[in-house]
Amino acid sequence: MKVTGAQALFMALEGEGVDLVFGIPGGAILPAYDPLIDSKVRHVLTRHEQGAGHAAEGYAWATGKVGVCMATSGPGGCNLVTALADAKMDSVPVVAITGQVPTPAVGNDAFQEADITGITLSVTKHNFLVKDARELAETIREAFHIARTGRPGPVLIDLPKDVQLQEFTWSWPETVSLPGYKPTTKGNLRQVREAVRLILQAKRPVLYVGGGVIRANATKELFELATEGNLPVVTTLMARGAFPDTHELACGMPGMHGAYTAVTAMQKSDLLVALGARFDDRVTGLLSGFAPHAKVIHVDVDPAEIGKNRVADVPIVGDARDVIAKMLTELRRKQEEQGGAPDRSDWLSTLRGWLEKYPYTYEQPDDGPIKPQFAIERLCEHAKDAIVVSGVGQHQMWTSQFWRFTRPRTFITSGGLGTMGFALPAALGAKAGRPDRRVVAIDGDGCFQMTTQELATSRTEKIPFITAIINNAHLGMVRQWQEMFYEERYSQVFLSHDCPDYVKLAEAYGAVGLRAEHPEEVDAVIEKALSVEDRSVVIDFRCDPREKVFPMVPAGSSNDEVILGPGGLRPIKDPAEAPIA
Amino acid sequence: MSLHTISVLVEDKPGVLTRVAGLFAARGFNIDSLAVGPTDEDGLSRMTIVVQLETKSLEQVTKQLNKLINVIKILEHEPSEAVERELALIKVHADGDDRARIMEICEVFRVRVLDVTHRTLIVEAIGTPEKLEALLELLRDFGIVEVSRTGRIALARGDRGIRERVQRKATAGTEDAPGGIGGRT
Repeated sequence: MKVTGAQALFMALEGEGVDLVFGIPGGAILPAYDPLIDSKVRHVLTRHEQGAGHAAEGYAWATGKVGVCMATSGPGGCNLVTALADAKMDSVPVVAITGQVPTPAVGNDAFQEADITGITLSVTKHNFLVKDARELAETIREAFHIARTGRPGPVLIDLPKDVQLQEFTWSWPETVSLPGYKPTTKGNLRQVREAVRLILQAKRPVLYVGGGVIRANATKELFELATEGNLPVVTTLMARGAFPDTHELACGMPGMHGAYTAVTAMQKSDLLVALGARFDDRVTGLLSGFAPHAKVIHVDVDPAEIGKNRVADVPIVGDARDVIAKMLTELRRKQEEQGGAPDRSDWLSTLRGWLEKYPYTYEQPDDGPIKPQFAIERLCEHAKDAIVVSGVGQHQMWTSQFWRFTRPRTFITSGGLGTMGFALPAALGAKAGRPDRRVVAIDGDGCFQMTTQELATSRTEKIPFITAIINNAHLGMVRQWQEMFYEERYSQVFLSHDCPDYVKLAEAYGAVGLRAEHPEEVDAVIEKALSVEDRSVVIDFRCDPREKVFPMVPAGSSNDEVILGPGGLRPIKDPAEAPIA
Repeated sequence: MSLHTISVLVEDKPGVLTRVAGLFAARGFNIDSLAVGPTDEDGLSRMTIVVQLETKSLEQVTKQLNKLINVIKILEHEPSEAVERELALIKVHADGDDRARIMEICEVFRVRVLDVTHRTLIVEAIGTPEKLEALLELLRDFGIVEVSRTGRIALARGDRGIRERVQRKATAGTEDAPGGIGGRT
């Protein structure tokens, strides 16, 4: 069968099971947009290529499938860069397809030409420039294979216009041959046995759970390992929902703005079992002071993560699901031999004590301005089952702290890259991928204004979601640092409470705009928002700009230096706790 | 910091040199020399990279190199267990009496003369980097016009080829511990 490169593109995408792509057409990708009309693949026309990229990420996060975005050459591809970098940092499987100027014009500074494979070299897991349409199907297969296997990540395929127009005889490669790409997914059994031996010996073990557990769909295995082994769990920002916050073994999020219990559990631990986590600086604080008494079991599918920041006593390269399942089998066998899980009541009661003594706190005065934490807690109360998406900054930390996550893939956020403007398009992608679920984006006013235009996409493509703006009229996290570490010298952080008028803006986009200015209005506004099914809703929560995120470990400090609240509030040193570790 | 020689077997695909070099550049490491050429297998090239690195940095770089899709295999050479060679073409002033003295040096170093003019010679020197340095040091006295060097290439001693070898010596705790480091993503 004779086909063009453009037709082959969609035949190959269909072959890979793609049902949805996000993108914007343009000159160099024009040929590909013609067979799209006859294809089974749905195209969602975003209003900015960055939006298409983040939407593909949101789709991938929510569904576990590969997200796909398309853009034209030059500026189109360049606008995808932020989203690709975001996907690289957070291991999100995404395939990006970009048009390129015709092969003879490549390197000629042609109109809308950019060396997008060169530009995206360091922000993709791999990229391809297809010079012959006969290689297209094979390249697409390879791209999807690379994106979804091993440590997932973004892959870009650059398609010159003449390749899209080239006619050739279609054939579908049955297998993928990548001699240089063989991810180790099966964990080594001897290492697993050694790990379990350490777990059974440990007096103060902590399961340090990262995003890899969600990527590997290993949450069921994790739950069994934690509960049967009586092992407390901390879930990083990328792993919120991997273990239910409602469980008594859940210690919350570790790191700079993590729960006191999670942070301190790691500091006092004698064994960290890192599962798909990478000892990121936001988790460890000052590395030399991090978990000083702990041995480390490090499970990761990416060997380069093991030993990168912290030496591992037991390194295990492998897929989290495979390794945790093997650990579980070994643990059951050993515990049966010795008649049950080791007695960890001292450690667990210490943790429970901290949880009670140092919970996340805030005070919501009846007559004062809305506290961001209050708005988020109320949202969670009303919309427990939602998929939650956040941007980056204070609102992101509060969302992670105050939303009670109980299932994986229900918290979608930009972790590693920290991309402001992520939430709105990612929510669009999540809802497009999971139309059966309610999607709530919790966004800052600064973030919201970076990608607002995707509200138009939401309207025209009928992909409705709720956006709750924690409107504190500031770039709040930067403001917080200026208040705490720059002697309240505020520099370029004030935005505005009422410019734009978010309610009018929402209405202009065909969404419902709501506003709450006082605490007593919060519930009613949320209920109203939840009653709207057919279109997006934007809620403008006018919040207290002075509210800061706590606990906080100042940058460069050891995680022993947790500030619990305003005015440098520190935990009370309980002499009885001193002997620990 | 110490000097390391790494052999990298790669697929001969466009951009692979950029990918490899980019990994070093992104971490701020300078490559001392880099030599690339085809191998006896179709579609495969071999790079020899010489770089100044701390052991920990080297470990991270080689792991990251391993993650590149087009990289097939990496081998770090132990200096005592590898044969290393480099080729240099040296154009040197050779007027009057100097010419005979240069020829004498060439004799000692077993260096061939490839081109002769009234005023200069081009000599071809092959050897270890140390030998080339020694030669250059001597020739500097006569005035070197220009030098072109290939950069170091290396093969490990013994029967096995690069594909059959373990990537590196074990480093405490992380490397080649049973559990398959050397695994790839």
